[in-house]
Amino acid sequence: AALKGGLRFQVSAALKEGRVTATELCQSCLSLIRSTKFLNAYITVAEETALKQAEESEKRYQRGQPLGVLDGIPIAVKDNFNTAGIETTCASNMLKGYISPYNATVVQKLLDQGAVLLGKTNLDEFAMGSGSTDGVFGPVRNPWSYSRQYKEKSVPKSCSEDEESNWVITGGSSGGSAAAVSSFTCFAALGSDTGGSTRNPAAHCGVVGLKPTYGLISRHGLIPLVNSMDVPGILTRCVDDAAVVLGSLAGHDPKDSTTIQDNFKPFELPNLTDVSKLSIGIPKEYHAPGLSSEILAFWSKAADLFKNAGAKVIEVSLPHTRYSIVCYHVLCTAEVASNMARFDGLEYGHRSDMNKSTESMYAATRREGFNDVVRGRILSGNYFLLKQNYENYFIKAQKVRRLIANDFVKVFGSGVDILLTPTTLSDAVPYMEFIKEDNRTRSAQDDILTQAANMAGLPAINVPTGLSERGLPIGLQFIGRSFQEKQLLTVAKWFEKQVKFPVIELEVKRHDHGAFQHQKSASFS
Amino acid sequence: QEVTVEVLDHLERLALVDFRDAEGVERLQKAIGFADQLHEVNTDGVEPMDSVLEDRCLYLREDDVTEGNCTNELLKNAREKVEEYFVAPPGNIPLPKLEERETFLQGS
Repeated sequence: AALKGGLRFQVSAALKEGRVTATELCQSCLSLIRSTKFLNAYITVAEETALKQAEESEKRYQRGQPLGVLDGIPIAVKDNFNTAGIETTCASNMLKGYISPYNATVVQKLLDQGAVLLGKTNLDEFAMGSGSTDGVFGPVRNPWSYSRQYKEKSVPKSCSEDEESNWVITGGSSGGSAAAVSSFTCFAALGSDTGGSTRNPAAHCGVVGLKPTYGLISRHGLIPLVNSMDVPGILTRCVDDAAVVLGSLAGHDPKDSTTIQDNFKPFELPNLTDVSKLSIGIPKEYHAPGLSSEILAFWSKAADLFKNAGAKVIEVSLPHTRYSIVCYHVLCTAEVASNMARFDGLEYGHRSDMNKSTESMYAATRREGFNDVVRGRILSGNYFLLKQNYENYFIKAQKVRRLIANDFVKVFGSGVDILLTPTTLSDAVPYMEFIKEDNRTRSAQDDILTQAANMAGLPAINVPTGLSERGLPIGLQFIGRSFQEKQLLTVAKWFEKQVKFPVIELEVKRHDHGAFQHQKSASFS
Repeated sequence: QEVTVEVLDHLERLALVDFRDAEGVERLQKAIGFADQLHEVNTDGVEPMDSVLEDRCLYLREDDVTEGNCTNELLKNAREKVEEYFVAPPGNIPLPKLEERETFLQGS
């Protein structure tokens, strides 16, 4: 509990100086995971292996030979990354019980740096969704639902209807990872981002969510959704931490030929003081229908913040923005149709008892293993790929994709360094309200502001900005040039310092200490 | 325009996934309607984009075996196996025709 005292301090330094041991850190996080079980952020908690890893780390620190800043740091990984010896389910019946025989490259890299893998986090089934509500293990609850900040703003209903019905969603699909970081159960978590799946829950949970440039971080071992858009995402409590994790993950991987071969040099973020040389673009199309007036206000204030600090802030246009979500819908379902074909019950995963023929076994297995959302996308994707539709839908979408990507090229080519946009249309909605609309509708609505960056492969980051009137986090998004993560994160860090986003005041009963208030954030870098 | 039962049947066979109920078919109809918005965009003279990395040469490694010998590991995850084989039910038997299949589409 000593760790959580004091604002933003450096856990790594604490480990190095022996003020805390890796084992203590690990146990503390495991205990907190137990106390916050109701959040349903974790699908699997790898307690034994985590403690073993913590022990190894402790020995290294005692010898004075830590592997790096991440040594001994507890992390969590979204359950669509393969983790050797640990169940990887993608929150689907199709992979329940599937024990990966290998580590995804990004997982291996974190382990090689001495990070302690606490467990696998919850998500929408196969990362399809924007609420983290559609997985077979149930929905993830936003930790802010249990914060003093939210509770004091909620209109008290009848005594029986308390937080049980009032809780809000985390956003998705990397909701478990976002909730895990937000509730202090780990210092960093891996998510994935195909249409906004890291940035969306980051915004709703008040954490930093980084989507790196496509091709920077290996996808080997990340169970694919859309091969041409998927990227591993990074969730942390501050921008500096995101830079550290990025540093340990980025770089060419011979096992993923879509990673670029340029040499990647990990970087430390400078403390920017002078923004007068920056040109910030405000894309007018991101003032999308449905954007809450609150978020609009935060967005405006942010633009003013940059302007008053001397930066050049100009309105720009990305004319094809509103087609991004339609384009995504076609390309995503098409790639999904292809990617989900591997699940046939033969080599791994669920297998139906039906055994009359290979085809009927496959059909029954997939019927039993996939939920409606997944099956719906597979069928839509196959429709768009039919010979009679291929040109009109799939190829057409690929052409529109180029137009969307070109919009960004034009804007960045005109001297704009960074784009500033909202991340979501509103703050997190209550679960009961969210489930009134179906998954596809919700995804179409919620991905509108984040999707285009995936279409164009650009790096983008959500930075928690302030609290809404309901006491819930609101984040803003920065989009940068291809492979210019250093610039993107430098600007994000400057902004983060200006807005001083409040720490969540989580009210959680601990098993050992009774009611206890979690007041401080802690970063590790 | 509405999707015909023939196409729906065809999709079920291609995808080896079934529509299950009216909602499933509705879902597809809505998806198509949504996708139709693409036709509002003028894409004359625009080349389709496969990948944002199209201007780069993808890495191709040497055709050398660098890992493997993990037969046991891989077989562990399969439900039906015999020695080092994955066991599948008999192949070359097509899915039963629409009339004989247990599918929601039969009703339509």
